[in-house]
Amino acid sequence: MANRSDASDQITCTIDGQEVTVPRGTTILDAAEQMGIGIVHYCYHPALSAPAMCRMCLVHMEGAPKLVPACVSPVADGAVIQTDAPLAEEARTGVLEFYLVNHPLDCPVCDAAGECKLQDYVYQEGRKHGRSVEPKRVLGQDDFGADVLYDGDRCIMCTRCVRYMREIAEDDRLCVVQRGNRSVIDTFFGEGLDGSPFASNIIDICPVGALLSKDFLHKARAWDLDRTPSICPNCSQGCNITLDTRDNLVQRLKPRHNPEVNSYWMCDYGRYRYEWINRGTAPYPYGMPAPAGLEADEGDGSALPPAALPDRATISELRLESPMMRRDGVPVPVGWQEAILGLLERLRAVSGGIQVIGSPHHGNEDNGLLKRVQEVVGGDDAVYRAARAAAEVVLPGFQKLARRRDLAANTRGLDALGFRRVGDDSAAGGLAPPASALIVLGDPLADLPAKAMADAELVVYMGAVISPTLEKADFLLPLTSFAEQEGTFTNFEGRVQRFWPALNPPPMARPAWQVLGVILAGLQDGVAPASAGDAFLRLAELYDPFSGLSYPVLGTLGSMLNEPVRLRAGEEG
Amino acid sequence: MAYPYTHEREVRVMSRGFGDPASRTVEGWRKLGGYAALEKALEMAPEDVVEEVKASGLRGRGGAGFPAGVKWSFMPRDKQGPHYMLVNADESEPGAFKDRELIRWTPHQVIEGALIAAHAIRAQDVYVYIRGEFFEPALILGRAIEEAYQKGLAGSNILGTGTDIDVTIHLGAGAYICGEETALMNSLEGRRGQPRVKPPFPAASGLFAAPTTINNVETVCSVPHIVTNGGAWYRQWGPEKSPGTKLFNMSGHVVRRGNFELPLGFPMDELIFDVCGGIRNGRKLKAVIPGGSSVPILTADEIQGLACDYESVAEAGSMLGTASMIVMDDQTNMVTQVRRMVEFYAHESCGQCTPCREGTGWLVSILRRIEAGQGTLEDVDTLLGVAKNVTGTTICVLSDSSAAPIVSWINKFPDDIDRLVGGRRAGAGTAAAGTAAAEA
Repeated sequence: MANRSDASDQITCTIDGQEVTVPRGTTILDAAEQMGIGIVHYCYHPALSAPAMCRMCLVHMEGAPKLVPACVSPVADGAVIQTDAPLAEEARTGVLEFYLVNHPLDCPVCDAAGECKLQDYVYQEGRKHGRSVEPKRVLGQDDFGADVLYDGDRCIMCTRCVRYMREIAEDDRLCVVQRGNRSVIDTFFGEGLDGSPFASNIIDICPVGALLSKDFLHKARAWDLDRTPSICPNCSQGCNITLDTRDNLVQRLKPRHNPEVNSYWMCDYGRYRYEWINRGTAPYPYGMPAPAGLEADEGDGSALPPAALPDRATISELRLESPMMRRDGVPVPVGWQEAILGLLERLRAVSGGIQVIGSPHHGNEDNGLLKRVQEVVGGDDAVYRAARAAAEVVLPGFQKLARRRDLAANTRGLDALGFRRVGDDSAAGGLAPPASALIVLGDPLADLPAKAMADAELVVYMGAVISPTLEKADFLLPLTSFAEQEGTFTNFEGRVQRFWPALNPPPMARPAWQVLGVILAGLQDGVAPASAGDAFLRLAELYDPFSGLSYPVLGTLGSMLNEPVRLRAGEEG
Repeated sequence: MAYPYTHEREVRVMSRGFGDPASRTVEGWRKLGGYAALEKALEMAPEDVVEEVKASGLRGRGGAGFPAGVKWSFMPRDKQGPHYMLVNADESEPGAFKDRELIRWTPHQVIEGALIAAHAIRAQDVYVYIRGEFFEPALILGRAIEEAYQKGLAGSNILGTGTDIDVTIHLGAGAYICGEETALMNSLEGRRGQPRVKPPFPAASGLFAAPTTINNVETVCSVPHIVTNGGAWYRQWGPEKSPGTKLFNMSGHVVRRGNFELPLGFPMDELIFDVCGGIRNGRKLKAVIPGGSSVPILTADEIQGLACDYESVAEAGSMLGTASMIVMDDQTNMVTQVRRMVEFYAHESCGQCTPCREGTGWLVSILRRIEAGQGTLEDVDTLLGVAKNVTGTTICVLSDSSAAPIVSWINKFPDDIDRLVGGRRAGAGTAAAGTAAAEA
C-alpha cells in the first residue's frame, strides 16, 4: 500500500527535453531547479508566498492556452514544458524591457550593481537597445527607518519586502501605496521599520537596488567584496552568514541559507555588530559592568551598543602583535619558538596543576586543546564567562531563529568540553585571584586588578588584544580572531558548524589550536595538529560529545553534537 | 413610461420597471410579477433551479458570456462550509451603464435574482459589490434590502420556507479592476483590489477561500423571469447559442442614447439607425465599439448586417462583451479616442503585473506624443510592439484590454495616425505586425 501511494504521489514530466520525476504538487520552478534549469524570477522567493506578479518565470506548457507562471503552476503528470520556447523567451525579453521603462539605469552609483537581478537578467535576455524614449517617473528616496533606505525609482514592485514583513517578521509595516505605475512601497504614517528586530532581511531579498543598507551605503562595490562563509559570532544561535570583506575589513554580514538554523534570515542585532571583528576584540565590553543596551534589552533586540566605549585603560583594543615573555619583571617581545620553549619549561615545572579560562568567542578546537593542556599538566578548574541578554528575540515566521540570550557563539561548545560557566550576565565577576598557574584564552579579565595576578605561579595570556590586567603576565601570546582562522562553533542547540578565515591576521598572530597543539606535542601528547581539521579530529577522539564528528561530516550545514545519542544508549544499557 | 427613450421593437423583460419609481418598492415589484419566482424557486431543489437556468441557455452578462447555469453547477453539491453568492455591481467599463439602471429602477429584481441564485448554489450569504461612485443606486438598493428584510423576503426563514440567506451591500472605493471577479473578492476581504492567480477558480476557492459564485447584475436579473416562465420560454428570443434578451447600452454619436432591451441577435445597423435614430447631426457612422471599451472596434462596413449576439460579433473579430456600444461619427479622431481609452487603463491598472503596470503607462506616453504631432513612424511600430508584449502575459486581462483598441484602431483607421506621424506610413509592414499582435 505504502508503495502504491508513493507511486501515485510521484509524477513525471518533461522540462526542456529532459524527464524528471517529482512529488505531486511540485511547481514547475522547483522541478526545473532540481534539474539544474534556472527559471528567472523576481517576486518568487522560496520562503515567501508567491503572487506570480513579476511575470518573469513564464514558460511554455504544451496544451496551455497561454504561457504559465512557473512559480505557482504545479507540474502535471506527462506535462511537456519548455522554458526556452521562443514565445517564452520573447515574453521575458518583453517584460524586461518594461522593467527598464521607468528604471533610472543608475548602476554606476547603485550599491546593488554586481549583485542585481535586474542587471543580470537584462544582460542575459534583455533587448540590446530599449525602445522607450519617454521621460521617466521620478519618486526619489525614502528613509524607511532602522537601517533601510528605499529608492523608489529602482523598485521593480516585486513586493518581496512587503510579504517578508507580513509573513516572516509578522510585523506588517510595509505596504504598496497607489496603483499602476504610480505604485510605491511605503511605511505606515511615517512609523517606519524602527524597532523591528529582523527588518534588514528585506535588504537581502530585494532583487535590485531599491532597498539599501544605510550602513553599507556606498562603502564597497559588490565585485570588490570577498565573501567568506562563516557563523554569526554575536549570539549562540549560530546563524550561517558570509563575512563580506574588502581591504582586510569586514564591510557587512549577510545571512547564508541554512534551513535548520536561520533559513535565509538573520537578526539586525547580529548583522550590525561586526566592527569588533575588525578590531579583534569581543562583541561587547568583555568583563565590564553590563552595558546599558543589554540590560534594557526588553525583547526587541534593537538596542545598540552603548554610545560611550569603555575606558581604554581598562579595556584595550590594541592588537597584541608579538609573543612576549617576562624577563626580570619586564615583558619583552620574543619569537614563537623561544616563547613556546620557555613556556614548556615552565609548564613542566608547575607544581599544583593549572587553572584555565576559556573563551566563548573562540572555536571548539581552541578551547578543546586548552582543556587538553590542563588535563596533561594537571588541574581541574576550567571556567569561562559570557554575557547574557535579558530576553530572547524570536523571528515569528521562522521560530527556529532567535537572537538568543547568550551573546557569544560558543557557550554550548565550552559546556560540552567540560568548562564551567562563572560570572554574571555581563561576563564579569566569578573569578578569584589565581593562586596556582593560570592560562587565559581570550578573556582579558578586565574586571580584575593587575595586582590580582601577583600570587600566581605562572600566568599565560593568549589573546588577540592587549589586556591591561594581564600585561604583566609571564607569557603574552598573540592569537587570531575567529574571522582570521578556520574552526567550529557549537550553537545553543548543540549544532557544530564550521567557519572559514576571512581576514588576514597580524603577521605574528596564530590560531590558538596551533599554539596549544604545539605545546601539547612538546608535553609529549602526540604530534601537533597540522590543520584546524586535525585539531578537530583530536577533539573527536578526546571528548565524547564530539566523537564521530569531523569536518567532512559537518559539511556546510553543520551537525549535532552526539550527546543525545549517547544518553539514549546509556538508558538502554 | 418614457425612459428616457423607448422603441416599439424593444422586448421589455428586465427593464419593465424602468422609469417608474413605484417599482422600487416590494409592492410595486410584486405588481410587476416580482417575488413569484423566489417563492417558486425556494420550493424547488437547488439542482432543479440550476437545471432550469441551464435549459434557458442564459449566458453571463458581465462580458465573457459564460453560461450561467453551467457556472452554478461547478459549485460543490455537498456543502461542507459556507458558500457565497456575489453580485458584481462594480460596473466601470467605459460605455457600460446597464447595471446602474437595473439597480436604480428595479432593486428588488436584483435582490430576487440574487436570492434565487444563492438558493441554487446553497449559499447562505449574498454580497452585492457596488462600485463606489454608484452612491444613489447603493442607497436605493439599501432601502430595498431593508424592506425585503421587513417583509420576510430576505434574512432568516425567507417566506416561511426555512431558508436563511442574508444580503449585504459592499461599496467599492472606485477601482475599475475590482470588477474583475478575484480582485473583487480581495477587495471584499479587505485586501488590495488585485486579481488573483487562477486556478483555483472561485467555485473551488473564492471569497474567504470558500466556494463562491459571482454573477453580473444583469445575469442575476434575468434569473427570476426564467424561473417563473421556464427555460424554454426564454429561448423564444435570440439564436440557439445566445438566447434571451439583453440590455444594449447605447452611447456616443447617436440621436437616442440609453438602455434598450432587445432580443440577442438583433441587427446592429438597425439598432443604431432605427432604434437609436441614427447618427446625430446627419453625420456618417465611422465606427462602433460593440461591447465596452476593451473590445476591438468595428468599422461602419463591418456592422452591416451584423447580428448582435456573442457568436456573430466574435466572428466579426470583436466581442459582444456587455453590449455597451459606443458609436462614433466621421468627425472622430481615432488617435485621441484611443489615447483616452488607454489613459483609462493606465490609470486603472492595479500595478501588480509588470507588463500592465509599466506597459499601459508607456502606451499612453507614446500616444500622447503622437497625438501632439511629435510622433514618428517608428513610434507606431513601438506602439504595436508594446501592445503585443502586454497581451497574454499578465494575471488578468486588463492590459490585453488596453492593447486591443490600439491594435484594432490603428489597423482599421490607419489614416488618422498616418496623418499625425507625417503620412509616411506605408501600412503593410505595420499592419502585419498588428495582425500578429492581434493573434498573439
